[in-house]
Amino acid sequence: MLPWMKKIGDYPLTWITGVVVLMALVISTMSPYFLTVGNLSNLLKQVAIIAVLAGGQTLVILSGGIDLSVGSILALSAVTVGFLIEHGHSPAVATLAGVAVGTLCGFVNGVVITKGRIAPFIATLGMMGVARGLSLVITKGVSYMVLVPFFDFIGNGTVLGLPVPIVVVLVVFVLLHVLLRRTVFGRHTYAIGGNEHVSRLEGIRVDRHKIMIYTISGFLAAVAALIMIGRLASTPPHVAKGAELEAIAAVIIGGTSFTGGVGRVETTLIGALIMAMITNALNILGISSFWQQVFIGIVIIAAVWLDNLKRRR
Amino acid sequence: MSESQEAPLARMSGISKHFGGVGALEDVSVDLYPGEVVGILGHNGAGKSTLIKILAGAFTPDRGEIFIGGERAVIRNPNDARAYGIETIYQELALCRNLDAASNLFMGREANRYGFLDDGYMRRETRRVLDGLKIRIESLTTPVENLSGGQRQSIAIGRAVYFQARILIMDEPTAALGPEETEVVVGLIGELKAKGIGIFFISHDIHDVYRFTDRIYVLKGGRLVHTCPTSAHTQEEIVQMIISGRPPAEIAPPAPLAGG
Repeated sequence: MLPWMKKIGDYPLTWITGVVVLMALVISTMSPYFLTVGNLSNLLKQVAIIAVLAGGQTLVILSGGIDLSVGSILALSAVTVGFLIEHGHSPAVATLAGVAVGTLCGFVNGVVITKGRIAPFIATLGMMGVARGLSLVITKGVSYMVLVPFFDFIGNGTVLGLPVPIVVVLVVFVLLHVLLRRTVFGRHTYAIGGNEHVSRLEGIRVDRHKIMIYTISGFLAAVAALIMIGRLASTPPHVAKGAELEAIAAVIIGGTSFTGGVGRVETTLIGALIMAMITNALNILGISSFWQQVFIGIVIIAAVWLDNLKRRR
Repeated sequence: MSESQEAPLARMSGISKHFGGVGALEDVSVDLYPGEVVGILGHNGAGKSTLIKILAGAFTPDRGEIFIGGERAVIRNPNDARAYGIETIYQELALCRNLDAASNLFMGREANRYGFLDDGYMRRETRRVLDGLKIRIESLTTPVENLSGGQRQSIAIGRAVYFQARILIMDEPTAALGPEETEVVVGLIGELKAKGIGIFFISHDIHDVYRFTDRIYVLKGGRLVHTCPTSAHTQEEIVQMIISGRPPAEIAPPAPLAGG
């Protein structure tokens, strides 16, 4: 094999991109509607919310943690926005408050995990309940309508011909890519995920770093909330239930090691795309959506199994 | 070797340390001179690990003083120790296995501009320091988990050299290594001596001690038993000292020649 071929073969994006292309070919032979602009645009808009959550989740998992609270934080941010708009505040104030609430929740996660010495799984499980519960408390269980042009633009507008949710996803992933691969912050994220004890011995401020990571995850959950409000034009407090598990699945399908330290954010985006493609294909083929969960479950296990095989070579 | 007019690189003087009323160290004093490898010997619980951790900043002594280059030094944590040029190499190969050699060498001290990594510079510098130590690592961009134990230990040593350690603590540096890998580390110790770095060497392996060290301190029950040039005794005598916890003169009178 030529060296450049081996290099491409070893590059983590290659395999998973190949999987997506293969899937697209197979699905398009089964249904002519799959490869239409309308369907693909719809697919990408569907993927946007999970993709943004999964971007933050990639940072967390790379550092050796997990964030189970992002779906609930999304809901609390959305509800905050809906509540303020319902009470006559401007979209700008509501948006800032919503983003602030999500970011604060992430910050609290980080502080509880590092200063409180509580395992990420437990700390974010707690936050999952707290944020979801507060969403219900604030709304008393009802959904606010959000009919303002700003959110209509986020949900349905375009920039340079691209739907806004897709633009948001691209911006988020380019920034995360630069953060992880080009900055000291990113290098320390990999170091902590690789060996937290050694990172501490070598002078990395591990606690401060982790707090920042969970804060970013909370912030991105709030960004995902803004897209969600745009898409739904309302803020149901039960929104995005289980989204954290889909986000984690996207990260794992994208080949990031669950134990931390190994993986990339670009493949997470493709992992999210694979999940959305399965859902989309089943929809246009008229197969019961109940099967989606079965397929996605199988894909998660297959992805990790293939990854193990590759590593063992 | 060079116990001449010059001040020692490191002097630990009258060090005592108690853990909950149990004396781990009682009035222990040790010196380290430039280019010298000093073995700290003793059984488990003899206090050698406690002594070395005090120098590395992991423990603070109850009594006693530390002098670095003749100046009184205050070492309260590992970062203080680093600021005095004291670096520690642990037996468990303190590296992040998922990162490459350059990332490990610069870990926590990454070359950057406004937070953006200068990977090109770090790789060039890593290559330079590894070449300078005659360490051969083909790829600086593969994760170090793909390297041998000896290569990984070499990176840890390269790190100490690059950041200009004057005093190196090697805590069982070859315990996790095979014979060939041990040879790599042996070669490096020679290079470090030539650079005038002083090394405190802790090992259970009497062969290593006999080969590498210029001078030994023997500890027992937290007290200093004896210090002498390594070459003044045979391996067997050194083992006897460690076991009995007494200077050789007290162990046995000069044995009459066997024979007649």
